[in-house]
Amino acid sequence: MTSLFRLRALSLLLIPVALSAQTGGDIPSKIAALEAATKSAQSAGDNAWMLISAALVLMMTGPGLALFYGGLVRRKNVLGTMMHSFILMAVVTVIWAVAGYSLAFGGSSPFVGDLHFALLNNVGSAPNPDYASTIPQQTFMVYQLMFAIITPALISGAFAERMKFSAMLLFTVLWSLIVYFPMAHMVWGKGGLLNASLGGKFPCFDFAGGTVVHITSGVSALVCALYLGKRVGFPGPTLKPHNLVISFIGACLLWVGWFGFNAGSALAASGLATSAFVATHFGAAAATLGWIFAEWIENGKPSVLGAISGCVAGLVAITPASGFVKPFPALLIGLCAGVVCYLMVTRVKAKFRYDDALDAFGVHGAGGTLGAIFTGVFATSAVNDGFKDAAGKVMALGAIDGNGGQVLNQLVGCLVAWLLAIVGTIVILKVCDMTLGLRVSKEQESEGLDVSMHGEEGYIFES
Amino acid sequence: MKKIEAIIQPFKLDEVKEALKAIGIDGMTITEVRGHGRQKGHKEVYRGQEYNVDLLPKVKLELVVSSARFEEVVKTLTAAARTGKIGDGKIFVYEVAEAIRIRNDDRGESAL
Repeated sequence: MTSLFRLRALSLLLIPVALSAQTGGDIPSKIAALEAATKSAQSAGDNAWMLISAALVLMMTGPGLALFYGGLVRRKNVLGTMMHSFILMAVVTVIWAVAGYSLAFGGSSPFVGDLHFALLNNVGSAPNPDYASTIPQQTFMVYQLMFAIITPALISGAFAERMKFSAMLLFTVLWSLIVYFPMAHMVWGKGGLLNASLGGKFPCFDFAGGTVVHITSGVSALVCALYLGKRVGFPGPTLKPHNLVISFIGACLLWVGWFGFNAGSALAASGLATSAFVATHFGAAAATLGWIFAEWIENGKPSVLGAISGCVAGLVAITPASGFVKPFPALLIGLCAGVVCYLMVTRVKAKFRYDDALDAFGVHGAGGTLGAIFTGVFATSAVNDGFKDAAGKVMALGAIDGNGGQVLNQLVGCLVAWLLAIVGTIVILKVCDMTLGLRVSKEQESEGLDVSMHGEEGYIFES
Repeated sequence: MKKIEAIIQPFKLDEVKEALKAIGIDGMTITEVRGHGRQKGHKEVYRGQEYNVDLLPKVKLELVVSSARFEEVVKTLTAAARTGKIGDGKIFVYEVAEAIRIRNDDRGESAL
């Protein structure tokens, strides 16, 4: 026993001697090595989280949105509807590689990027310090790609069950080029008109895509629904969802995937990511309750479709705010989104009788706008201290911080998104209508898109 | 021989099957069907859009029995399928001209 103690005491005495022998007086190079090691550790942590986030966001489109939308249509359109989401995972990826990433994140002009990153030139494992200084630019590139995929997929909820597949492809390619890439650049790109941190004229806070993703897709969805016209039989007794069980699974996948969408938008495995994760979850929870209680009061029954629609509405509304607000404002934003989106898809849609088949506008357009405005109210530097003035002082963010003018900036952001979505979508629909024709024939519509567009059926009982 | 076609509540199927088995009736064909008689349907609401569902899920049970056993079978079936409420279903009975077992060309009641 005593000899063991002696041995330990001796080894303790020897440590400083060994250390000084190692450093050999070369402290600066030792510090440099330590700094490099710290940086590489941080990069490894951030990169791991961002790669997982990118995969989570892809999971939102397929299978998340594909299941959610697929269950809401009639059985004869289930494959066609799922294909709308899945095919974008392929199509947008190719456009993104050729020019999309560059048009969104290249250069520093106010409205659209340049071709500096075209064909993914200059996009490698070195970070792009303008956007994310601790992860490879390729990680940032592929993460942002997943957003570009889901956004046009959201629109497909409005033109479901009646659009030609060829027209849908042309529409989404043009829509990505004309609406999405410019909007992404304006809000998130360096020097973009609405960029809050990299020199925008109207700094609009949009943490994860309230304007870029949800307003653009939701408003374009409304334009599509109006332009294409109603489905045969709308509104009427034949348009019931065919399988709410798969919609339910889809919604659950969306909820989980949304952590990658919002918390990933911190672009690092940071405290801000945690804060966005928490706000996201709280928003979804409160909106679920908001929707079903509104429904319970109005119809006498809280439905499962109401609960899952509410959760998506909350996730949409909290998206722009997620990296800016505390947990209780997140609950409030979610609750409002649940009730407002419920009224949009029931009262407002019934009054104006547009056939937004799966409520892409009612949920994403309305929820996105609501969330963008609320962000201007509840954004606080207590959550996000990344915005500093010229003197390096942390800036007041939203009205709650005393910066009431931010609400105006948010409104400008919404206005730009709405205008670009409306004008862009009308022009693109006209082009598609004149070249390919937008709608399937009446016979094809009654036969269903699965057989008429793809030559197959989702459910085959005799095999 | 008589064919008994019974349209019953789906949740009564197991009870009916057990009761028939107890009196020695094994063969039957069942189908999931939708329909209604005097029973009214119900209202469903999907995102505010109301749908009246008046064709309700039922189970159709078909079996062919010898004329001698027919009354006993119907009595057993009715007793097992009855709840006493509207929507319990109906039984239709037909005369059967012939029965043939595909496996070995048995004819008549021996094919049942």
